[in-house]
Amino acid sequence: MLEVSAITQIFGGVTALDDVSFAIAKGDITGVIGPNGAGKTTLFNIISGIYSQTSGRVMLEGQNVSGLPPERLAPRGMVRTFQNIELFGGMTVLENVLVGMHTRCSSGFLACALKMPWSVREEARIRREALRWLEFTGISELSDVTSANLSFGKGRLLEIARALAMEPKIILMDEPAAGLNSQETIRLTRLIQSIREMGITVVLVEHDMELVMDICDRIVVLNLGRKLAEGTPREIQDKKEVIAAYLGEDS
Amino acid sequence: MPFDQLLQYALSGLSTGAIYALIGIGFSIIYNSTGIINFAQGEFVMLGGMLTLFYINLLKLPLWAAIPASVLTATAAGLLFERLAIRPLRKPTPINMVIITIGGSIFIRGLSMLLWGKDTHSLPPFSGEEPIAIAGATILPQHLWILGITLVIIAANKYFFYHTISGIAMRACSYNGRAAGLVGIDVRRMVLFSFMISSAMGAMAGIIVAPLTMTSYDVGVMLGLKGFCAAIIGGMSSGAATVVGGLVLGILESLGAGLISSGYKDAISFIILLLILFIRPQGLFGKAESERV
Repeated sequence: MLEVSAITQIFGGVTALDDVSFAIAKGDITGVIGPNGAGKTTLFNIISGIYSQTSGRVMLEGQNVSGLPPERLAPRGMVRTFQNIELFGGMTVLENVLVGMHTRCSSGFLACALKMPWSVREEARIRREALRWLEFTGISELSDVTSANLSFGKGRLLEIARALAMEPKIILMDEPAAGLNSQETIRLTRLIQSIREMGITVVLVEHDMELVMDICDRIVVLNLGRKLAEGTPREIQDKKEVIAAYLGEDS
Repeated sequence: MPFDQLLQYALSGLSTGAIYALIGIGFSIIYNSTGIINFAQGEFVMLGGMLTLFYINLLKLPLWAAIPASVLTATAAGLLFERLAIRPLRKPTPINMVIITIGGSIFIRGLSMLLWGKDTHSLPPFSGEEPIAIAGATILPQHLWILGITLVIIAANKYFFYHTISGIAMRACSYNGRAAGLVGIDVRRMVLFSFMISSAMGAMAGIIVAPLTMTSYDVGVMLGLKGFCAAIIGGMSSGAATVVGGLVLGILESLGAGLISSGYKDAISFIILLLILFIRPQGLFGKAESERV
């Protein structure tokens, strides 16, 4: 599904990522973990097209997508969410989701603008579908609220709803549980599992070890820009170098 | 000051104000999608009037055909302007942009002067010149055209930005360009559209006002600045606030001209502009700018 090979990223004199490679299978939930400064977010920014890597390749479904900007990756089925939620603050919750469906509005810009009959039908369908995604993430009762007024946890759910509305094949989540209380984290865990059940591949960067160990099929451990280990949660928990570099801090 | 005279000033102020509002919304649309104050906005207003004249006089088109033709041509000019002057800058600073749009404005004005000369022309009114009496005051049919067309454009604009997917996507770019890119919106395309929409609206404003105020290659400067005032009063909103800003400006200007002296007409607008910028730079209705909540 997603293959990252020999990614190196150098910022000035600092090597943020050094020859990182791994592959992600379709339908898996993969966790990327590592201590602060390990390069997780940098890796995400490269995969999702926000940075261009110094060297290395990103393959999505067998196609080289290295260096494509986010707006070109989205139609190919790759979307992401942010650690600090990125919403369209002045717009309502429903509108935020509608924006996510923009690329799927097949009638062109002019047809949409002029309200041609076929685009009207399409918009009604899109609106219904947007509401369905809000229901799926459990925030449909907030559809008319201005998104800037949402709590952090609800904002995150909205960001996920918007991402799902784009009908992704793979969704990258940057620390989805950051800033959530334990109640919200439990809901998020269930949500991520149901996203996987829809056949969407999930990749997440996460600090909440319980969440990661609980739901991930595979885990990639980064440390100081290098890949330290890769495997199932069980295997990772048993690896000495991982415990030393990372889990050791807590246990 | 008798009431009917006040009413007279207010009524004529209302229609000039509507024009300012249209131009102001053009400023806001571009500002909201790019952060640029497009000082060439006034030139598209001028192009609207001058192109209509060109189509009527030289190509012998009837008025009803000349108007859409002129709006389309001005829209194409807006598209070219964005492509040739705005987009090539890779990492523009606001000051670069301001200078570029001023340069663009001088260029368009110069080119129009070369093409059409320095004469002042007038467009025929859309329907007759028989004044209509309203409670002791009179207005021209053209005033009604101006108010009506402005209303329709503003309503259409509102509808587009709030009820169509394309419009919502354009608004998204102004709230959060990065996130807009991530949900698959081509932000640069949306910037292009915003220039096209603004130039079309500006041109339309220029066309409907031309029968009243005459038009020439250099009307864009003053009209552009007045529209800018309206947008500033409205806090750069592309909705009702700027419309109110334009109307307030138009009425104050007209009252000032009537009660004090018509020589002060422009000075009044600019004093208002300065006051707003000093006292309430966020606009008359805007909340103080705040960081993300």
